[in-house]
Amino acid sequence: MNPSPFTYHRAGSVGEAIDLLREHEDAGVKLIAGGHSLLPVMKLRLAEPAHLIDIGGIAGLAGISAGTDGLTIGALTTHRALETDPAVARHAPLLAEMAAKVGDRQVRARGTIGGTVAHADPTADYPAGLLALGAEMVVQGPDGERTIPVAEFFVGFLTTALSPDEVVTAVRVPALPSLTGTSYQKLANQASGYAVVGVAAVVTLDAAGACADIRIGVTGAGDHATRAAAAEDALRGQSLTDEVIKAATDRADEGIDLLDDIHASADYRRRMVRGLARRAVLAAVERAGAK
Amino acid sequence: MTVDVPVNGTSRREEIEPRMLLVHFLREQIGLTGTHIGCQTGQCGACTVLIDGEAVKSCMVLAAQAEGHEVTTIEGLAPAGTLHPVQQAFWEEHGAQCGYCTPAMVLSTVALLADDPDPDEHAIRHALDGNICRCTGYHNIVLSVRAAAQKVAAGAVPEPFLQR
Repeated sequence: MNPSPFTYHRAGSVGEAIDLLREHEDAGVKLIAGGHSLLPVMKLRLAEPAHLIDIGGIAGLAGISAGTDGLTIGALTTHRALETDPAVARHAPLLAEMAAKVGDRQVRARGTIGGTVAHADPTADYPAGLLALGAEMVVQGPDGERTIPVAEFFVGFLTTALSPDEVVTAVRVPALPSLTGTSYQKLANQASGYAVVGVAAVVTLDAAGACADIRIGVTGAGDHATRAAAAEDALRGQSLTDEVIKAATDRADEGIDLLDDIHASADYRRRMVRGLARRAVLAAVERAGAK
Repeated sequence: MTVDVPVNGTSRREEIEPRMLLVHFLREQIGLTGTHIGCQTGQCGACTVLIDGEAVKSCMVLAAQAEGHEVTTIEGLAPAGTLHPVQQAFWEEHGAQCGYCTPAMVLSTVALLADDPDPDEHAIRHALDGNICRCTGYHNIVLSVRAAAQKVAAGAVPEPFLQR
């Protein structure tokens, strides 16, 4: 179980990484940070890049900063840092909740948020929560920096809106309004820890306790993470009784072309999307009211 | 390529293929076979070592990625032959059956106690979720971690280079 041979490069800066990406694009090139998405597929020879660019040592790409408009999370920030950081617990507890459910402690110590979003595994955890939070990806390319809203970032199986010569440098998560609660509910594959299905909900209540706004993100169900728009529409503006939530979340799978594979049938995934959406919304509503 | 990886406090400068995984570097390049290989897919945790004090799976790290970072293996816990307090606790509480997962369980426990010196059962099981024991000896492993926490709290001191 060794990767195919490759030439190893160590990038000292994002600019250097971009130059190396451009230089070796034709031969086949990949960035490596923690390597916990990439090395498994390289060991299976599903990826055989001729060149590997290690960005794990680039200064300034790891770390979490909190501002009035939200959190900026450096791409090299590990899941373990997100799980344990006090600013994340205060400003974006959904991120901490998701991070704690990624893999296991050893995986969380190495895996990075930038790596997991750039890899875009359809069963990764963060995409669901980043969709529900309305996050944006900060990316750098040869022409400078741009931001990509998360809703436009995940476009297909292992496929993002990144250009081949762009590097994810940070993830920005907007500050949550008051009376907002969040939750991530996951059915984990027992062996790998990946989500068979994962659903994140962000619910904002109005003064009367009705649903002022809601975003639901679903991962693991289709070939890339998506919002559950039909369920959101059925909840926005409504009084959140158990019956209303049940009826709405029974539509959480609408528009998803459900995966059907060795881990779960499409029908099982449909039921899990609906059930986990219901649990996520109920928990988020309870947390919103508790603040 | 040439890499220089500090292992158990000693710089190990070696000529390797870039694709060499850290676990093979430790076992085959420098002969430290206390780090075990189980699944090779990042799931069983038998290859766990510490990098800069954090428990990681050495089958999912390139040796090149470890350059300049302090690697601690099970051999590094008792360099002078005296058991580390966590090893002593596993010995006393029968935390090992066949022993294959044990070096990794011990190192994961060292990392856990560095962050959380007094973990309850839930925290212990959360921290050891990435270490599989095929003998299913988890009950005594949890007891061993609790006993290790008590030893450390009572003043048992690990080797100096393990302190973060």
